[in-house]
Amino acid sequence: MELPVPVGDAVMVSTVTTSLVDVASSDATLRAFLHGLPGVDRVGADQRAAMLSTRSIKTTAKAEAIDLAISMVDLTTLEGADTAGKVRAMCAKAMYTAAGAPRVAAVCVYPDLVPVAVEALGGSGVKVASVATAFPSGRSSLEVKVSDTALAVAAGADEIDMVIDRGAFLSGGYMKVFEEIVAVKAACGDAHLKVILETGELATYDNVRRASWLAMIAGADFIKTSTGKVAPAATLPVTLVMLEAVRDFRARTGRQVGVKPAGGIRTTKDAIKNLVLVNETVGEDWLNPDWFRLGASSLLNDLLMQRQKLATGRYAGPDYFTLD
Amino acid sequence: MVFEYAPAPESRDVVDIKASYGLFINGEFVDGTGPAFKTVNPATEETLAEIASASSDDVDRAVQAARKAFGVWSSLPGSERAKYLFRIARIIQERARELAVLESLDNGKPIRESRDVDVPLVAAHFFYYAGWADKLAYAGFGDKPLGVAGQVIPWNFPLLMLAWKIAPALACGNTVVLKPAETTPLSALLFAEICQQAELPPGVVNIVTGAGETGAAVVAHPDVNKVAFTGSTEVGRIIARTVAGTSKKLTLELGGKAANIVFDDAAIDQAVEGIVNGIFFNQGHVCCAGSRLLVQESVQDELLDSLKRRLSTLRLGDPLDKNTDIGAINSAEQLAKIKELSQAGESEGAERWSPACPLPDKGFWFPPTIFTGVAQSHRVAREEIFGPVLSVLTFRTPAEAVEKANNTPYGLSAGVWTEKGSRILWMADRLRAGVVWANTFNKFDPTSPFGGYKESGYGREGGLAGLEAYLAV
Repeated sequence: MELPVPVGDAVMVSTVTTSLVDVASSDATLRAFLHGLPGVDRVGADQRAAMLSTRSIKTTAKAEAIDLAISMVDLTTLEGADTAGKVRAMCAKAMYTAAGAPRVAAVCVYPDLVPVAVEALGGSGVKVASVATAFPSGRSSLEVKVSDTALAVAAGADEIDMVIDRGAFLSGGYMKVFEEIVAVKAACGDAHLKVILETGELATYDNVRRASWLAMIAGADFIKTSTGKVAPAATLPVTLVMLEAVRDFRARTGRQVGVKPAGGIRTTKDAIKNLVLVNETVGEDWLNPDWFRLGASSLLNDLLMQRQKLATGRYAGPDYFTLD
Repeated sequence: MVFEYAPAPESRDVVDIKASYGLFINGEFVDGTGPAFKTVNPATEETLAEIASASSDDVDRAVQAARKAFGVWSSLPGSERAKYLFRIARIIQERARELAVLESLDNGKPIRESRDVDVPLVAAHFFYYAGWADKLAYAGFGDKPLGVAGQVIPWNFPLLMLAWKIAPALACGNTVVLKPAETTPLSALLFAEICQQAELPPGVVNIVTGAGETGAAVVAHPDVNKVAFTGSTEVGRIIARTVAGTSKKLTLELGGKAANIVFDDAAIDQAVEGIVNGIFFNQGHVCCAGSRLLVQESVQDELLDSLKRRLSTLRLGDPLDKNTDIGAINSAEQLAKIKELSQAGESEGAERWSPACPLPDKGFWFPPTIFTGVAQSHRVAREEIFGPVLSVLTFRTPAEAVEKANNTPYGLSAGVWTEKGSRILWMADRLRAGVVWANTFNKFDPTSPFGGYKESGYGREGGLAGLEAYLAV
């Protein structure tokens, strides 16, 4: 039985906490921290993103931006109808996009198709990313999510794209979201963890900023906007808010976290707008495939088409670009 | 990777600048009898055109033309006047690119601003007041026009200030004699061509170019019924003295030294954008610019770090480059004034900071500049600099913020940044400023009245209230 400590004899114990680990000791501390972050004014964030999308990227800058964008693509297929053949074809395109063009950063597939992708990509340097954790809804038990992750990692995935439990997040169960990310991160081993916030379901920019911090504190290597299954997916203002979050997180903790907008980025213009956003929000430290990715499928062909147009001065017909 | 943007200049080919321009009187371009002067591109110091200067005789001819046209114009049904205004608005939209390029060439402002802010607002103003022309009876100020309006406008938003003056005047049935600023006459002269294209009856709009003497002649002309002026408080005083004791109706929109107040619960990233937009928009050549940043002491360091980081990304240079954020200072004279006041800031003990920012060799340029550690008594906190120079002051409580914000002879605008709605209303009740922006800055709309308290002038432009200045109430 504990006896009450006489006030006069109380030992001075320092309760000053500085590390973000302490933030995650309970729902209450997490809530206090996340709700203490500066707010995001929606009108202002939309305006800033709209202003940056008026940047005019031409000639040499456009050529550099296109090649950079190609090198940042996570070439993705996430369909119920995916087959080994489909994945092999996509891997071939990932390794060889066009003459003189860089390869893409990674291919992104469902866990059961990871072995196919690993074999097809061999030592090409193109990474294999796998979605996991009951993608896209995340509606399953932690055990299932962890085994889903372990399955993909065991099959050779270099990167895991997990989804957060949006239901828990929206109902204030921050600790549940946090613990799931920590558990999945542990199951990842050496694999990099990208945490999908599904910003289209979080609805407010304040929530996007809070979810970004929550994921980063829990150990995310990347924060990713969307599954691609929910609209709206990666909008520019949402990516802007997430870039501000990784910038501020690095300033506070020293750890750099990557950003991946995914879903809805279909044209070269969209891709370049994203690069401008990175350039003018977080700068060159994030302008490479280690720290910024574009999750997309049809984008790659548009990039290749614009690349050829820039080199030759003419557009080639769509039949000159392979549909993989 | 370093991502450098290649130059992306807007083409100059869309504008056709003549070697010389006359005055626009009674629907025609005529020679002026005063000595001609040159207008230059402030980004290169290249001469753009030679401009006729209107003598007091020329001004008299213009006023007579306007007086003659007043009879016809004021007796047209409002719906007929509206047709002309709608037509002008549509032509402005059709010729938007031309107007934007010309404005940037003559004024030095970035093409992004003339294209996305100035010209769209100009068209919006004409559309808005076109809508009022046949509804004056419902506005509450009667429907009797005043007569001939003499209007003198500044160089910071040459075409937009023209629209603020001409659109309500014409909608109410007045005719106008307008004098554009000496350093930026070209867009007003292109507007004169647009009036011809719209087949506006001759004499309804007259444009007389020239310097201060021309403006003085417009203001002092005995047959002018209404004077509207936008510009410095100093000239505003002279005009008020000239007009005193006459039957002329007067509106003045003068200087400002607006406080942009950031509370510790503000959305910091958007507040930083708002501060940048508040003082670096149009190189700070904005009468309502947020030139005094009042930041709550508890977030001062964080905010200033963010602000400095953001300023390092501003792109200064060729106004016609579509990626330019900060263009040229409009004239050598204005540049000298900005330099003089900045020098005073330093010698009075404020700390000066600018990002690394190479300036072009030719033309008039000034880097974005912040003064920290500024006291209310410093000249940079009291005098209007009218350039890209921000003075940073701090406060501890909302009451202190209000006290410092109001402690200026001016009262044109103010900004409040907080996530707390009740505080916005509390502040807005107490700030003595014609416009209070909440979580935004430098936002304009034709439906919203604009004008000052105290030495920032009197009368309102824009919105329903803007009609009052042009009707015999």
